[in-house]
Amino acid sequence: MSDTIKNVEEKNGVIIISTSGYFNNVAGDDVLDVFNEKVESGSKNFLIDMNDSKVVNSIGVSILIEIIEKLQEIDGKMAFTNLAGIVEKTFNIMGITKYCEIYDSVDSGVEKLS
Amino acid sequence: MSNNAEVELKLPVIPDIELSATKTAEVISKHMNLSEEKTGEISMAIIESCINAFEHSKTKEIYIHFIVSAKKLTIKVRDKGIGFDKSKVEIPNIENKLHKDERKRGWGLQLITELMDTVEYDSDETGTTVTMTKKREDNE
Repeated sequence: MSDTIKNVEEKNGVIIISTSGYFNNVAGDDVLDVFNEKVESGSKNFLIDMNDSKVVNSIGVSILIEIIEKLQEIDGKMAFTNLAGIVEKTFNIMGITKYCEIYDSVDSGVEKLS
Repeated sequence: MSNNAEVELKLPVIPDIELSATKTAEVISKHMNLSEEKTGEISMAIIESCINAFEHSKTKEIYIHFIVSAKKLTIKVRDKGIGFDKSKVEIPNIENKLHKDERKRGWGLQLITELMDTVEYDSDETGTTVTMTKKREDNE
């Protein structure tokens, strides 16, 4: 794990990536690295748990747009859970929520994605 | 802190230093009894203003000025850089960024505009000042 990724696990075919701290370019790149590695091994569904990332910036979030782009190419899905209010608002403004669902908990996200 | 307090910060360009400005904003917002929602919006707008200044001004430091008044919080983010032409900044749209060579970044001004009540840009070859405000409700 890195400073920005607290945990990565798989549940019912869903890769859960739990982030930690400021979601900036470093955190975005770390999530992208995990995503690429898991896609390489055949995973298509991803849940990003941001319970421990209450602050983001647009550079980090713009890396998520790259992930959305790649997921569209493989017919995969990404969703988010445990978002702080300002993070959800930022995702709305940047259009992330047009392509990704937001769930109240890890369990509900896993249930919907699996 | 009185209703007319002012706080000034001078930040060097080092990674994540913008978070020190958001900590200051949180303290000021709490003093003003601003809601958690507004505090988050102010912090995000400051982060984006700092990032823009760091990336585009080509300077080694930026200045942040918080001005508390009875009706609003005014924040000025200033750099002494090369300036920019706001009319050349395109409004970003995620659809235009997907499956195209267009860079995925470029959201800062849009976020600041949507998160704050007013935003003004004053920019020339001697620097840029972003002035943004968040109003105080009667019950705050």
